[in-house]
Amino acid sequence: MIDLSCNISGVHLRNPVIMASGTFGFGKEYGALYDINQLGGISGKGLTLYPKDGNDGIRVYETPSGMLNSVGLENPGVAAFLRDECPHWEKLDLARIVNLGGNTIEDYVEGARLIHEDSTVRMAAGRQAVDMIELNISCPNVKAGGMAYGIQTETAREVVRQIRATTSLPLVIKLSPNAEDIVGMAVMCQEEGADGVSLINTFSAMKIDIRKRRSVFDNLYAGLSGPAIKPIALRMVHQVSRAVTIPVIGMGGICSAEDILEFIMAGAAAIQVGTYNFVNLRGGQQLVQDLEQLMEREKITSLDEIRGII
Amino acid sequence: MSEVISNVQVAPNVYRLQVAGQFSGVMGQFYMLRSWEKYPLLSRPLSIFDLTEDKIEFLYLVTGEGTEMFSRLLPGDKLTLEGPFGNGFPEAKGKTAFIGGGIGIAPFYYALRTIPNADVFLGYSRDPYMIEAFQEATKGTVEVNIGGTVLDQVDFNAYDTIFTCGPHPMLQAVQRKQISSGTKANVYVSLENRMACGIGACLVCSVKCVDKRRKACTDGPVFRAEEVVLS
Repeated sequence: MIDLSCNISGVHLRNPVIMASGTFGFGKEYGALYDINQLGGISGKGLTLYPKDGNDGIRVYETPSGMLNSVGLENPGVAAFLRDECPHWEKLDLARIVNLGGNTIEDYVEGARLIHEDSTVRMAAGRQAVDMIELNISCPNVKAGGMAYGIQTETAREVVRQIRATTSLPLVIKLSPNAEDIVGMAVMCQEEGADGVSLINTFSAMKIDIRKRRSVFDNLYAGLSGPAIKPIALRMVHQVSRAVTIPVIGMGGICSAEDILEFIMAGAAAIQVGTYNFVNLRGGQQLVQDLEQLMEREKITSLDEIRGII
Repeated sequence: MSEVISNVQVAPNVYRLQVAGQFSGVMGQFYMLRSWEKYPLLSRPLSIFDLTEDKIEFLYLVTGEGTEMFSRLLPGDKLTLEGPFGNGFPEAKGKTAFIGGGIGIAPFYYALRTIPNADVFLGYSRDPYMIEAFQEATKGTVEVNIGGTVLDQVDFNAYDTIFTCGPHPMLQAVQRKQISSGTKANVYVSLENRMACGIGACLVCSVKCVDKRRKACTDGPVFRAEEVVLS
């Protein structure tokens, strides 16, 4: 019997496959294609306190083994999420992670407070909708501030500290590869009481339209994801895993069960799948099945056997 | 996986692809296609050119790496289709015109199966294609413009419903003409934004509308002309 289960700070996952924020909506669209309760978890579309329109202009551009996106955190806002999506999330049987971003510390804190309060009310009524908060301090597509928090450890410390003081919900901090020192950032998160870290977000990157002599993107830079970034993501997950004791959720270009095992061997407690959802709309389901078969072939009975062995 | 029946070049860089299988879809809807495994990463959205009991057809222009790979498909080759996606064209009332610019003519061939008496306006920048197919398919008229502005040939006041699909400047001209003509017709534009998921989850195909943002894939790709902000 193969045991795919894992645990992130008390949150049980039936398998390590979590759908990454921004690639999976709030689960409804993919839920129409397959039973998403087969997955380990879902990290919802990144939220901000207030609704955000996102960026103008072209928002996606394909690159060799990767893609650039410049969505700019378009989202309905925390209140609309709690009102419109949580009734659906209550019924899901997988780890439900709210991804929270922001422009100012005040907005981050107020967003976390709303989520925490809503969660308290629901839990009292026996209707849990949120299992964890993933704090996005690293979206590269938001001009005013969002990125800055993800760059410098001491700037980020204040956000993490205040969010930690605001909610007792399990809290994972999503880290940017654009950080000056991603290991230092992860250590800081642990020091400030975070329950885990997830990495990596997209790389800040660029594409120029040489005929128009301008950036393809109105926002100048965009976020690079996909298999192109996987080797770097893996190295960063490895470095961070060795530096902290809190769980590390690894992501960056994962497209196969082999990729998943690499991240687990590098030290990840669980993994997230983003861009691959576009390669294969049923990719989440596929990866869970493939992972079980691969572990059987490799005679691995539990992920604990191989986690962090490198 | 589905199988290619044929993939015929009909003009420079324009191909007509037939795929075997029982597919569904209404006029103006699209499929996400890929004829490769993981690279390129993204599937390509193509609108339904025609759909019959045992096959589906697409008319596409080679614009990049993905469509270039499509162009090399041979009978018997395999490809993956996901769909149908999008809302397609709404039910048309009264006298109807289809206006297609370049590869934007593609969805109207299938639309003629639902609205067989529509008048068809086909605009090409240089090399025309599929004109005879449209002439055979419609009970209405077919007007063609090569190198000019096909919109100039359409009297917006002569129709109750006008469906348009074409390059960005053409759709902007459609909006201008809708206002300048004072037409009472319902005017629609079909958009061809870049997409990733095709199912409304990733928000990269966002369309700026007068009231809020909408998704080309699930809210469109067909919109009322006056509702879209084409900057």
